[in-house]
Amino acid sequence: MPKALRHVLFTLVPVVVAFALLPSVYSNQLLLFNFVIYLALTQGFNIIYGFTGYLPFGYVGFFGAGAYGFALAVMHLHFPPLAALGVGAVAAVLLGLVLTPLLRLSGAYFAIANLAASQAVFLIVSNPNLTAITKGPYGISLSGVFSPGFTYGVAVAILAATLGLVIYLRNSRFGLALQAIREDAISAGMAGINVVLSRTIAWLLSALVAGLVGGVFAWYISVFYPETVFDLGVSIFAIVFALFGGTATILGPILGVIILYGIYNVIGISTPQYFQLIYGVLIVGLVLFLPEGLVSIFKRRGIDVP
Amino acid sequence: MIEYTLLAGLLFGLYFSLVGLGLNLIFGVMRIVNLAHGDFLMLGAFFAYWLFHLLGPNPLISLFLAFLLFALIAYPLYFLLVPRLLSARDPEMLSIILFFGLSQVLEALAVIGFGTSERSLPGQLLGHGPVQILGQNFPAAWATSGIASALAVVFVYFYLYRTRLGYLTRAVMVHHEEAVSTGINVHRVSAIAFGIGLALAAVAGVFAPFMLGSITPAMGIDITITSFAVIVVGSLGNPLGTVLGGIIYGISLMMMQTYLSSWANLLPYLLLIGILLVRPSGLLGRQVRRA
Repeated sequence: MPKALRHVLFTLVPVVVAFALLPSVYSNQLLLFNFVIYLALTQGFNIIYGFTGYLPFGYVGFFGAGAYGFALAVMHLHFPPLAALGVGAVAAVLLGLVLTPLLRLSGAYFAIANLAASQAVFLIVSNPNLTAITKGPYGISLSGVFSPGFTYGVAVAILAATLGLVIYLRNSRFGLALQAIREDAISAGMAGINVVLSRTIAWLLSALVAGLVGGVFAWYISVFYPETVFDLGVSIFAIVFALFGGTATILGPILGVIILYGIYNVIGISTPQYFQLIYGVLIVGLVLFLPEGLVSIFKRRGIDVP
Repeated sequence: MIEYTLLAGLLFGLYFSLVGLGLNLIFGVMRIVNLAHGDFLMLGAFFAYWLFHLLGPNPLISLFLAFLLFALIAYPLYFLLVPRLLSARDPEMLSIILFFGLSQVLEALAVIGFGTSERSLPGQLLGHGPVQILGQNFPAAWATSGIASALAVVFVYFYLYRTRLGYLTRAVMVHHEEAVSTGINVHRVSAIAFGIGLALAAVAGVFAPFMLGSITPAMGIDITITSFAVIVVGSLGNPLGTVLGGIIYGISLMMMQTYLSSWANLLPYLLLIGILLVRPSGLLGRQVRRA
């Protein structure tokens, strides 16, 4: 059996089937929806960080761009929701294109500049001077397109597509090229890889995933504020979940979301400060003792992790 | 109007130099990104607040206590976190995540200890009535904070350029491996720089209730980003650059607040992105940035 097929059977199929069937046995659909959102976002983050090594601290900027692209298309252009979702994705990719020059920076410089960029987009969108267009800080209400059941299905479809994309990267020459660039950009260039083009594509793919997820999020909850969709916490959740599980794999980010977001939902909502404390300690411990993530435990024993 | 804006910008600029100084020192010496910088500043602010309500000392006394206390905490913290971090594959990247975790811990501890409500200290603590500088009236607290910040910068300059330990610190900044091979106890030098860096953040925190408005446990991340803007505009690892960055930042902030107030909070972000793209090594940077 080829490796790619095995990866599809062992990761994509069980996750997608589980989340497609769970709403019929478990009634808290919002919770399941949030899991789907984070599973997809974490994989989107994995595309850029896991495969190219750029740490996008402001990843939430694309999520917010997707949500606002969706909302503005519904409010001002009266698009049907699915077309508006496309507008959200385009908005995120356009933001990605605008921010492409940031890829010239490396390491901490890129992470900080990207963080600053996402905050700048947030401050522009939430500025009271733009109330006529974005409703400024007063938030958006899209009750006309609210249909949670259908939207949940769309979110699962986006998750399936994202997982498919990551499986492709994990098993293709293109994904290998990206990882070669991550390890040593100069050697990769010498080996005939178009470094600039490859990492721009990875960057835009990653923005596309976040834009789609942001759009479907806006559609599902339909009432939100700029702080909700530009919350730095979203970037940080995605980053920590992915690193906790192990980046540049398919299984790692999935494990990270299920374990950590699970813990968050058990204790994080009732006593957020204690969750934050445990969470912080967990991150520090992870970096010090398991910098390659949970899957490195298996990898060290020679087990092939999808 | 313009004189007032420029002078207020200068006072705030001196204060912002102090805010960024500790972060710059730590990055310059250890090449790690202290994303918890703003949270140490926040803890310094809460320390001053707590001490004031317990004993009521002048903030200028709390300042020295905060410096000592944070330097003493930071020294063992260095050995707990940094040597292990530096042995990893990509310490600069991992440090961002590690110190993000630390910032979460600090913020959670502050919420558990002080609650989430906003706190403030009366401005009269740093002197009564307006102070006149070149014919313009400023709150006394601004002038005191600005002058104290300038003194702190002079202290760091003196440490780095006029003491033996500072000489060793600059050696580690220039080349880590060469410093090791010449027999410098790099970990001890770095731990002291780490201590001074965090202590400077706490000292800046003591003035935060007067310069930045009320304090909350969640204020850390914004201050961290502002500090990054300040030190990137100057240049990383150069204390004089931080002063330049701070003053540019302070004056531009005051200009924005005076003439374009609703967009003023965009400034640190735009300044940061702009400078990073045009001149990544900062305005006073000489070396080429490590790519």
